[in-house]
Amino acid sequence: MGLSRRDWVFGSIGGAAWADVLAAAQHAHESAEARPTARLAVLDRATAADVEALAEQILPSGDGPGAREVGVIWFIDRALQTFDSDRRADYRDGMAEVRRVRVKLFPGSASVAALSDEQQKQLVRSIETTAFFGLLRQHTVLGFLGHPKYGGNRGQAGWKHIGFESRMAFEHPFGYYDARGRE
Amino acid sequence: MSGPRFRHDEAVDFLVIGVGAAGGVMVKELSAAGYSVVGLEQGPYLRENDYSHDEIKYYFRPGLTNDPKTQPMLYRRGEKDPFKPFKAVEYGRQVGGGSVHFTGNYWRFHESDFHERSLFGEIPGTGFADWPIRYADLEPYYAKAERELGVSGLSGANPFEAPRSGPYPLPPMPAKSSGVLFERAAKKLGLHPYPAPVAILSQPYRGRPACSNCGMCEAFGCEMRAKSSTLVSVIPEAEKTGRCEIRPGSYVRKIEVDARGRAAGAIYYDASRREIFQRAKVVVVCANGAETPRLLLMSKSNRFPQGLANSNGLVGKYLMWDLGCFTCGLFEHPLNEYKGIQVTRLIHDYYRADPKRGFYGGGGIDARFDFQPASFALDGLPPDVPKWGAEYKKALATYFTHTMGLLSHATSLAMEKNRVELDPDVKDAWGLPAMRVTYDAHPDDMKSLAWLQDREAEILDAAGARKIWRMPIDDYGTNRHLMGTCRMGTDPKQSVVNAFGRTHDAPNLFLVDGSNFVTSARQQPTATIQALAYRTAEHLAGAARRGELG
Ligand SMILES: Cc1cc2nc3c(=O)[nH]c(=O)nc-3n(C[C@H](O)[C@H](O)[C@H](O)COP(=O)(O)OP(=O)(O)OC[C@H]3O[C@@H](n4cnc5c(N)ncnc54)[C@H](O)[C@@H]3O)c2cc1C
Ligand code: SF4
Repeated sequence: MGLSRRDWVFGSIGGAAWADVLAAAQHAHESAEARPTARLAVLDRATAADVEALAEQILPSGDGPGAREVGVIWFIDRALQTFDSDRRADYRDGMAEVRRVRVKLFPGSASVAALSDEQQKQLVRSIETTAFFGLLRQHTVLGFLGHPKYGGNRGQAGWKHIGFESRMAFEHPFGYYDARGRE
Repeated sequence: MSGPRFRHDEAVDFLVIGVGAAGGVMVKELSAAGYSVVGLEQGPYLRENDYSHDEIKYYFRPGLTNDPKTQPMLYRRGEKDPFKPFKAVEYGRQVGGGSVHFTGNYWRFHESDFHERSLFGEIPGTGFADWPIRYADLEPYYAKAERELGVSGLSGANPFEAPRSGPYPLPPMPAKSSGVLFERAAKKLGLHPYPAPVAILSQPYRGRPACSNCGMCEAFGCEMRAKSSTLVSVIPEAEKTGRCEIRPGSYVRKIEVDARGRAAGAIYYDASRREIFQRAKVVVVCANGAETPRLLLMSKSNRFPQGLANSNGLVGKYLMWDLGCFTCGLFEHPLNEYKGIQVTRLIHDYYRADPKRGFYGGGGIDARFDFQPASFALDGLPPDVPKWGAEYKKALATYFTHTMGLLSHATSLAMEKNRVELDPDVKDAWGLPAMRVTYDAHPDDMKSLAWLQDREAEILDAAGARKIWRMPIDDYGTNRHLMGTCRMGTDPKQSVVNAFGRTHDAPNLFLVDGSNFVTSARQQPTATIQALAYRTAEHLAGAARRGELG
């Protein structure tokens, strides 16, 4: 795809001819990465901050960027605006439930985002079996590892973390064992 | 899209409903034989540049498959369970159908698959039966399908395979790391691993380029045109004859019959939801094992109040499922299984049923990964890895590149209670009755899966996996191998069509797709579906030439 065109211009691949790969790549029409937007379309800022704090607990920064840095919240906001618009009520109800649990666990706390790291973990532990957490986890993972054109996975940081590359063509050998198998 | 434009009010020779794996073959063979053909396909007509490497679109959303938001469906497991909304069946919904996005595993049946009932006897509570044809009847058409569509493989490499009249037209694809590990382990255990036969080009063939190993293959469309879908192979040939018109965006709601009880044509909604009646001399339904029975059940008339071809009430019954089991293993060094085609090596050692095991069943086992990045992060990790947090994220960094899986493709016994019906209340976006599905596996199928999963673990262990984890087998998931529902047979009381797909009720109405299947063999039905299509097409052309179709 457009993302990695420079990567495959060198070398040769299996039975496919370069001209064919080039032709296929040239019509790859999707934009490589969504342009960062300044404004949220669906979530209000306070809710977004809380959702983002939970997403960061799911995929924290540390060994490389986490959910916050790769833009998971932008992915989620966009998903709720477009293909998952029918999940808005799940977010509304789910975050209301999160709020109830939070107030019970930490009376007087102002928001999820304002909790300490340990408190946030405690909160997640008490909601991790709920359907809403399942949805949030799915969205967080899609925002981390889905195509960057949806607003997440900025700089392909999610893909780099797991060792994935999106390309039009790969050359054998792909891994350690098929390389050794050829010797 | 090119080719002639036929009038609606003049009968074309053949009307093909559903231009998928079987329908694509059908339109090509019938137009090449000299007949006028209209192919009605509900989905769009796509090109290579309509696809993308977008996991969200094709794995998580119905990018190339039926969309339950516009075509809802319901599912229940047992007769007493309530029906609930669930994408029970999934199929490719475009010109080319499921051949556009399928994984490409192209398995011929074994000889025994056509007469297992005679070999193993009755299985109480099931509709276990012999096919009305034998392997030898179909062999020339398997060979033709492999040649016409472009299939890579190595003949003679699988000691269990049925006799072949010739080699594969293309050499096999090279082994990936999963293939190398699997091959080594299987040999150690005395098994017979061999290169997977795939409808994917290992070399340029008939004007199409070879596979470039892009890796976004299963569930994706191929930008290289290397995957041998009917869309890139035979459908363009059909259009070149000047006698075939493909009409995408044409959703058929009813097959009409005339006063003599013969099929007269079909009523469909075009892309702007206008109702059109296309007349035809012969109607061939290739809408797959789920939509073909639904369309017949929707085609009620005074003469056929239970639906067309359904005098004996069997339309929709004996649905079989895409049953399998999956086990993963973690290895010391990187495999990078996300590159290349899905499957490069497999075994058929456990394919044949063996009464000594104490149950009917068996399966083929292949080496694969079966995930893309996000799907792996959500569903691929072993149960002892946390579902969130630093440990979760850390695990992803090693597991994604170091994991492979073994997938068994197993039996699904035909039972009358497993079926496709019309829901009396729920309607789709066109106001047509939604499909509802009842399916529960036979106890023997479940025993077979448990047994096969033990074999998977054994092989992964022999391959040196550092850790092995089994995916649950009681969750049947979504059915993607749609078989049964209009089974073929010689007895009009026990079957819906004869050995050539002709319905017992209407002499000029034919059904050719996965619905014809009498048994499930060991999944991977597409080679057999397309071989049946070649066989029926030849029969139809011959019968038309002799004036037998009237
Ligand atoms: C992700 C995935 C991977 C798969 N991998 C493999 C594999 O490796 N090997 C294998 O053998 N099989 C595989 N399959 C299954 C394979 O796709 C099917 O077996 C095959 O496509 C079935 O062929 P068919 O001709 O019976 O139906 P289809 O290919 O489904 O064609 C039916 C066509 O009819 C159209 N249609 C339906 N109803 C109507 C209507 N009312 N009006 C107009 N048009 C209609 C549909 O849109 C469709 O295009 C896979 C399936 C999926 C989903
Ligand atoms: S892996 Fe090969 S056949 Fe599959 S989509 Fe990519 S290029 Fe096409």
